[in-house]
Amino acid sequence: MTAAPDTRNVRARRSFLENAKRTLATAPFSAWFGMIIILIYVIAAVFAPLIAPYGEAEVVGKAYQPAGAQFWLGTDQIGRDLFSRLIYGARNTIGIAFFTTLISFAVGGTLGVLTALKRGWLDQAISRVVDAFLAIPVLIFALMLLAVFGKSILNLILILALLDSTRVFRLARATALDVVVMDYVEAAKLRGERMGWIIFKEVLPNIMPPMITEFGLRFCFVFLTISALSFLGVGIQPPTADWGSMVAESKTLITFPVPKFPWIPAPFYPAIAIALLTVAINFVVDWFLHKTSGLRDEK
Amino acid sequence: MHPVLKTVLQRLGLGLLTLFVVSVLIFASLELLPGGFAEAILGQGATPETVAAFNREIGLDRPATVRYLEWIGGVLHGDFGYSYAGLGGKIKQSVSDLIAPRLYNTFFLAIMTAIVAVPLSLILGILAALYRNSWYDRIVNSTTLTTIATPEFFIAYLLMFFFAIKNKWFYSLSTVSDSTDLIEHMYRAALPAITLTLVIVAHMMRMTRAALINLLASPYMEMAQLKGVPRREAIVKHALPNAWAPIATVIAFNLAYLVVGVVVVEVVFVYPGIGQLMVDSVSSRNMPVVQACALIFAATYILLNLLADIVSIITNPRLLHPK
Repeated sequence: MTAAPDTRNVRARRSFLENAKRTLATAPFSAWFGMIIILIYVIAAVFAPLIAPYGEAEVVGKAYQPAGAQFWLGTDQIGRDLFSRLIYGARNTIGIAFFTTLISFAVGGTLGVLTALKRGWLDQAISRVVDAFLAIPVLIFALMLLAVFGKSILNLILILALLDSTRVFRLARATALDVVVMDYVEAAKLRGERMGWIIFKEVLPNIMPPMITEFGLRFCFVFLTISALSFLGVGIQPPTADWGSMVAESKTLITFPVPKFPWIPAPFYPAIAIALLTVAINFVVDWFLHKTSGLRDEK
Repeated sequence: MHPVLKTVLQRLGLGLLTLFVVSVLIFASLELLPGGFAEAILGQGATPETVAAFNREIGLDRPATVRYLEWIGGVLHGDFGYSYAGLGGKIKQSVSDLIAPRLYNTFFLAIMTAIVAVPLSLILGILAALYRNSWYDRIVNSTTLTTIATPEFFIAYLLMFFFAIKNKWFYSLSTVSDSTDLIEHMYRAALPAITLTLVIVAHMMRMTRAALINLLASPYMEMAQLKGVPRREAIVKHALPNAWAPIATVIAFNLAYLVVGVVVVEVVFVYPGIGQLMVDSVSSRNMPVVQACALIFAATYILLNLLADIVSIITNPRLLHPK
């Protein structure tokens, strides 16, 4: 009689961690680069007060001091430490963009799945309204709504979340429409599951990959829109450190260079910070898209 | 009725309906404010009398439907009402007078960009699709990805720094007036146009490439190859007739994108266009100007997309030869 192989320690499924490890091992260089950059940004955003040598709006020196041991990147137009503001900027800009995207996905995603399940007049009504919203560029609409409601961070988040949720709704509804006709959704309905169960347990897990990709791209878009609005002076208001408005505050340094200093790169730091993050996210999203959808554009 | 004509008319109707709904949205945004616009402008300390006087001044005391009909009626005649600035005084400033010269400037900039950007990006995109996975394709791909991810104002400042400050080839600020002649106008608008071109080309090239690769991977292209049609002929006879629709969509989409892109670029280069006017008016909450600008931007955007739809219907070989 042969001894039965010891099956107790054999698991049918790999744990999440093991899966993550296996996937990460196959990640291309660009994805690794992107992930490391994103990690650095997240750490800077979360631990901003611990990392930054000075306070967010603290005037610590003379205006336009050059970079050196005391101020790593120099000081800005009223003598605040640029490096500290850059780090606080990560917290403010990324944080606001992240919350905006989160809200827009919560609203747009839920409504999209719900209308795909229910159809009927509600679907028609919401879809038509969303169509009208889609016909106006986000930046233009955001500018107009900010003029009506006034400039504040809360207004900025709500307005952008509203405009963005229309785009999310479109995608969520379209992808959910493919899923709701599946047998398992029908089975769940026949079992008498509640709507919440069907949405969160049956449909959502199956539209997750495109939604996660979309989250990355929408985040980039929101992030760039917020930066643009702040740059235009109608987004995040001073003294809150924000990359867009930091560029705007120091832009005169480019147009009218002070003869004494050959070149002050102050406006370029926050702009590079913005560009680097969006490039990094795009790299990771590209890789994720490649992995999940098996979408290879060369065939 | 011919099916093509029918579809085109349907699309036109839908476009007009969208335009109407959008105009209502733009108009209604003012009504959404809890407590009314006057309170928001005048602040907490405003007495009911001041609020009433302000409302009467800007006509907010009458019902919204009446005001909408008046507004849209005026807009159809090219009259956008009066700016809030100087409203109480003797000299009223008409929004149309404010917008007209700036609208010309903005369209000047947009058309200048489009003339360069559209052919350039189509050629680059088609080449990238035909020689995909070559070094050329990879370099172009990563360059455009970086350009897309970079905020427009950063590109604008980089260009300004290198081409106007370091090397004094162009003006750093694109101030133009009515007396500027055409050549001078083009020269002064060059840097904003180059900025926009870079951004648009990146987007348009990637979309052209994606649309074409999609097309080249379709079964009938494989069939053509298998039955021995030369590659050149396969592309001209089989791929191209089907490519017009996606290419038209790509062009229109990007020209529509251009409409939004001008806002930031105009502010950077202090170019007196409608985008800059809109941003200034948002800061001072000058609603008639903001609404007029928003409507013009939205209308341009909708019309361009409508045009793309119609081009793709007309060039669709399947619709042209109904069974």
